[in-house]
Amino acid sequence: MKNYKHYLVALIGSALLFSCGNQNGKSSSNGALNSSNAEKVYVAPGEQDEFYAFMSGGYSGNLTVYGLPSGRMFKEIPVFSQFPTSGYGYSEETKPMLETSFGFVPWDDSHHPDISQTEGVLDGRWIFINGNNTPRIARISLTTFETEEIIEIPNSAGNHSSSFITENTEYVVAGTRFSVPVPQRDMPINEYKSNFKGALSFISVDPEHGHMDIKFQLMMPGFNYDLSHPGRDKSHGWFFFTTYNTEEANSLLEVNASQNDKDFIAAVNWKKIEEYVNNGGGTMMPANYAHNVYDEATHTATSTMKKEVLTVDPLKVPGAVYFLPTPKSPHGCDVDPTGQYIIGNGKLSADLTVHSFDKMIAAIEGKKFDGEAYGIPILKFEDILAGVVKSGGLGPLHTEFDGKGNAYTTFFITSEVVKWKLGTWEVIDRKPTFYSVGHLMIPGGNSRKPFGKYVVAMNKITKDRYLPTGPELEHSAQLYDITGEKMELIYDFPTHGEPHYAAGIPASILAPKSQKIYRLDDNKHPYAAITPDQTRVERKGNEVHIYMSMIRSHFTPDNIEGVKVGDKVYFHITNHEQDFDVPHGFAMIGQNTSELLIMPGQTKTSVWEPKKVGVWPFYCTDFCSALHQEMQGYVRVSPADANIELTWTLGE
Amino acid sequence: MKKASIVMMVGSLLLLGLYFFPLWNIMLGAPQYPEPLGMNIYIDGIKGFNEFDIQNIDGLNHYIGMKTLPKPEDMWEFSAFPKVIGGMVFLGVLIGFLGFMGKVNHKWFLGWLILMSVLGVLGMYDFNAWMTDYGTNLDPHAIMKLANPDGSPMSYKPPLIGKAKMLNFDVDSWPRAGAYMMFLGMLLTFVAYIMGKKSRNTKTS
Repeated sequence: MKNYKHYLVALIGSALLFSCGNQNGKSSSNGALNSSNAEKVYVAPGEQDEFYAFMSGGYSGNLTVYGLPSGRMFKEIPVFSQFPTSGYGYSEETKPMLETSFGFVPWDDSHHPDISQTEGVLDGRWIFINGNNTPRIARISLTTFETEEIIEIPNSAGNHSSSFITENTEYVVAGTRFSVPVPQRDMPINEYKSNFKGALSFISVDPEHGHMDIKFQLMMPGFNYDLSHPGRDKSHGWFFFTTYNTEEANSLLEVNASQNDKDFIAAVNWKKIEEYVNNGGGTMMPANYAHNVYDEATHTATSTMKKEVLTVDPLKVPGAVYFLPTPKSPHGCDVDPTGQYIIGNGKLSADLTVHSFDKMIAAIEGKKFDGEAYGIPILKFEDILAGVVKSGGLGPLHTEFDGKGNAYTTFFITSEVVKWKLGTWEVIDRKPTFYSVGHLMIPGGNSRKPFGKYVVAMNKITKDRYLPTGPELEHSAQLYDITGEKMELIYDFPTHGEPHYAAGIPASILAPKSQKIYRLDDNKHPYAAITPDQTRVERKGNEVHIYMSMIRSHFTPDNIEGVKVGDKVYFHITNHEQDFDVPHGFAMIGQNTSELLIMPGQTKTSVWEPKKVGVWPFYCTDFCSALHQEMQGYVRVSPADANIELTWTLGE
Repeated sequence: MKKASIVMMVGSLLLLGLYFFPLWNIMLGAPQYPEPLGMNIYIDGIKGFNEFDIQNIDGLNHYIGMKTLPKPEDMWEFSAFPKVIGGMVFLGVLIGFLGFMGKVNHKWFLGWLILMSVLGVLGMYDFNAWMTDYGTNLDPHAIMKLANPDGSPMSYKPPLIGKAKMLNFDVDSWPRAGAYMMFLGMLLTFVAYIMGKKSRNTKTS
C-alpha cells in the first residue's frame, strides 16, 4: 500500500497529461521475463491460437483480427476505409459500401466492435462496428470475414456510444456523441442549449440475414452520449448510456463540460419504447441516409438512400427513460454478466460508481425522484447506489468481467488495470500498463458468459516498448493471464491503427464455420464468366467490358486489341479456383485505382481509362504458383479514331 | 446345403456395395495441403474426396503434363464394370437359389468364386495399366519435366496399393468400403462352398 501511495504521488503531478508509469515498469514486469509466461503465449508452429480477438482500427477505419495468446495479427478487415490491398472501396462492386448522404466517404473512425449474441452468449454469426465520424454501423460476417452491410445514422454526429448489442441481437445501438440541431439547420452555435438534440438510434437486426434497419430514434436532451451497454439477464430490456456535458456547453468543453459534479447514465427501457412504436407511436420524420448491402451471390453491393426515420420523444413514453446521477463525467458504462450492476466510470474521478439495477427499479416504483431534466426523471443517487470501488487510481474508463465475480477496470491517468470484486467492492490486485490504457477486453467479457482467461489492455502510448519507428509508433496491447488471484502480464504486442475496443471469442466457435471459397456455381454476378468459354470482350459505345477468367497461372483472354484512348474499360474478372486460400490479383498499368484481390469463385470489376496509345501489360499481384510470374497479359490501346476491331485471344 | 446356399446368396449380394461405396481411394498429402487432396474410385467413375479435389488435382497435375482425370464417359471401364458386377451378383444369387432348391451342388459356389477372382485380377490389372499410362504418358509440352537420378523421366504413377512418396506428396492408395464388402462377399461364397461340402459329407456318411 505504501508503495502504491508513492506511486500515486509521483503521478499526480503529471496526472492530466499522459501518464509515465515507466518508473514502476522495470520491477513489475519481472513476470514477462518469466519463462513460464513465455510458454503461456507461445503458439508453436503448426498450432493455433485459442481465441480470436477483433480489434477496432480507430483511425484506420477497419477491424483487425488477432490471435490470443500469441498476439499474431491474422487479417485486416476493411470496413469504413478504402483498402487497396483487396480493392475494397475501389472495385465497382464495393464502392457502394462507402456511399453516404454526404456522397462517397472513403474513411471513418471505427471504435467499438461487438459480436452477435443469443441469450446473452456469443454466437459468432456477425460482428458489428461503428463509424464514429460519419455516423455509420457496419455488420461483418464471421464466416467470410467481409463487411456485408453498412447503415448510415441520420440526426447523429460522432457515433460513439455504439455499436453495442442487446442479448439476442435484437438491436444495435448508435448513440450520438455530439448533439446537433435536428433537423440540421443554419443557426447560431451558442444557442445550443435546449435547441440541440441527442439521438439514440435503435437499429433492428433481422435474425436470419442480419439485415439492419433503424427501428426508432429516441430524441434525447442535447448532452454528449459517450458509451453504452445493454442490460443483461435480469436487466435485459434496458440500455444504459453514459453522458457528459450535461452542462450543455458549446465551447471549451474541457473546462465547461466538467463543472457538474455529476452527469448521468441514461437508462432506457427499450422494450417499452419498442411496444410504443409497434402500437403506432412515434413521429416519422424526413431524413436522408444510405443503406448499403453486399450480396454474397452477386458479389456486389448496392446503396439505397432511405428517406425517413421514426423518431420518439421520450416524454411521450412515460416510464421509458430515467437519469442515474453518476459522478465526474462518466466514460465507460458496463453491466456485469448477471445484469445487476451498472458501472459508471467517472473519468475525472478516482472512484467507480456502481448502480444497482434492483435498487433502480425500486426507486422508479417508489417514484423517488430528485428533480428532472427536460422532463426526464432523475433518480436519487443514494437510492440506486450499489457501492463505490475506492481504488485510488485515477481516470477509470472501462470495465470487463471474468464471469467469476470479478471486474477489471482500466485507469487511463494512472495507467493500470485494477481487479476488484463485485459486491464487496474490494480491490484485489492492480497491475501497471504501458502506457495510458483505454479499453480492455476479456473474450465474452461484456456478455453473460465471459471466457475469463485473458485480459487484453489496449494502450494508447507505446514509447519504449518496441524498437522505435520514428515519431509514429503502433499502439501497444498487453496480455494478462487472469486465471489466478493476481493478474500476470505475460505479453506485449503492437496493434494496427488505434484500437479502441475489441471483442474476443473462442476459436472453437468461429474456426469450424469459416468459409474457404466462394462456390463458382453459386456465383450470380451479372458480369461473371463462370467457364472459360464465357470469356469475351464487348463494346457499348465507349465502354469496353472484358469478361475475364483467371486460374493458375493464366488469364483468359491474355491478349486484347481494339481498345481506344478515351474508352472506359471494365475488367470483370472471375477467379476459377475452388481451392482454399488461392486468390489471384489483378493490376493494370496506369490505372487510377487499386489492384483487385479476387477470392476463389469470386468476380470483381476494376475500371481503367487508358490515356496513352500503346501496348500495356496487366498481371497477377498475388503469388499463386510456380508460374505466377508468367500470369500476365496485354491490352493494345489504339488512337481514339482508330478502326481496330475488338479481338481477344489466348494461346494463339 | 440350405444354410450354405443362403450364405452364397448373401455373399454375392454384398457386391452390391460397389454401387454405393468407393472401390478404391487415393490420397495426396503434402505440407502445403494440410487437408490432403484425394479421389474415390467407384466402379462407374471418379469423385473427389472433397468436392473440388478433382479440379485441384488436375490443376496441380497440369504442371507436370498429366492428363486430366477421366470423366465416366472417357473410359469404357466405367460403363462395363457396373454391368459385370451386376452380372456376377445375378449369377451368384441364381446359383445360391438353385443350391437352395437342391438343383446344383456346392462346386458351383467355388466356380463362381474362381470366376469372380479372375475378373477381379483382370480388373486390378486394368486399373494398374490405367494408372501407369496416366502417370507416365506425359504431355511433351509439360511445364516441368523431372527426371529420376538415372536420367529417365519421372513417373507419377500412384502405387496400386500402399504408400509412396511422389515429389513432396505422400500418396496413399488403399481399398475402400466397396472393395471390403466385395472381399467379404467373396469370403462368404468360399464359406458357402465349405459349408456345402461339409453338409454333403455328413449326408453321405
